[in-house]
Amino acid sequence: MNRKLPIIVVTLVVAVFAFGAWLNLRVVEPPENAAVGGLVVNVNIGGDFALTDHKGERVTQKRFLGKYALIYFGYTFCPDVCPTELGEMALAIDELGAEGDAVTPVMISIDPVRDTPEVLSEYVPLFHERLVGLTGTYAEIKDVAEKYRVFYHRVDDPNYTYYLMDHTSFVYLLDPAGKVASMFRYGTPPEEMAEAIRQHMRVRDNG
Amino acid sequence: MRILLILAVLAATVPPALAHEEKSEHLTISHPWTRATAPTQKTGVVYMEISANASKPDRLIGAFSPDAEITQIHGMQQDGDILRMRTVEAVEIPAEGKAELKPGGTHIMLIGLKAPLFEETVIPLTLTFERAGKVQIEAVVEAPAARAASSPGQEKSGMHSGHGR
Repeated sequence: MNRKLPIIVVTLVVAVFAFGAWLNLRVVEPPENAAVGGLVVNVNIGGDFALTDHKGERVTQKRFLGKYALIYFGYTFCPDVCPTELGEMALAIDELGAEGDAVTPVMISIDPVRDTPEVLSEYVPLFHERLVGLTGTYAEIKDVAEKYRVFYHRVDDPNYTYYLMDHTSFVYLLDPAGKVASMFRYGTPPEEMAEAIRQHMRVRDNG
Repeated sequence: MRILLILAVLAATVPPALAHEEKSEHLTISHPWTRATAPTQKTGVVYMEISANASKPDRLIGAFSPDAEITQIHGMQQDGDILRMRTVEAVEIPAEGKAELKPGGTHIMLIGLKAPLFEETVIPLTLTFERAGKVQIEAVVEAPAARAASSPGQEKSGMHSGHGR
């Protein structure tokens, strides 16, 4: 038991730091005169990344420029929340009709150990024909998660060899320039997400 | 599909073993459903609504499916914007009330699926209740991103009411 103590201490320290970092992320509800929907992001969030897609090809943020992107951080071992949220994303894109073609759905795995490109390649088409699955090395995932202020933490079950992941469950809307335009909380109805995306598109077209 | 759902309700209310007959008349299990999975996906999830018909409460204390290596009852804790899925000891079914196992909430998690779950098939489960004992059900496999059990005119939230007719 005592041999586990250092691990527990390290885990706690990491958790405290992660939570501290998380608190730094302040998202505010849109002011009443906001022209667009979704959460307004008032910190510098997002940025470039180097990852591997579900076809095994290396990709950076460049791949998604020129179009909107809806990005979700999740993992395939997650049976409840992730399929629910990916389903909502897909419905939001469908809800947009023809305009939905201008939005690329993306899932970035926060569980790169199990989510190899091969695993993702079987998983992503279940949700949307254009859903792009991204994974990477542990360091690559850590980097992109930090840029997006994503909290994720591995939770082992002492009785079994499998593990679960605690994680934040936001959907990020990137504009065609690659900037995070908005974030949607877990459980945002697809219609609301679609309407917010539509508003962003209008503001951008008119601006 | 409707027949399967009704069968699932029947399976819950009219269990095969005599020993359960008397006890499970107290419970109705509606719409047990799960989501189709990819071959590389090792986990599944089962949702349902459990109602206590009698004036006595009950507790779901165990679940088993032969299609998975491990079957667990999971709860979801939301800590700010962080979602934490954890095993729970039991699900309370209040007297003359119900417990809803639904996306983003309490659910039964199947770990180590022995084969992928295909849409429009069913998987067997045995639920163990403190009072009603063991109850066998079949969960209908819905689409991978289904939000609720499919049934006519029922697509969004507010589902699961008025069934078993």
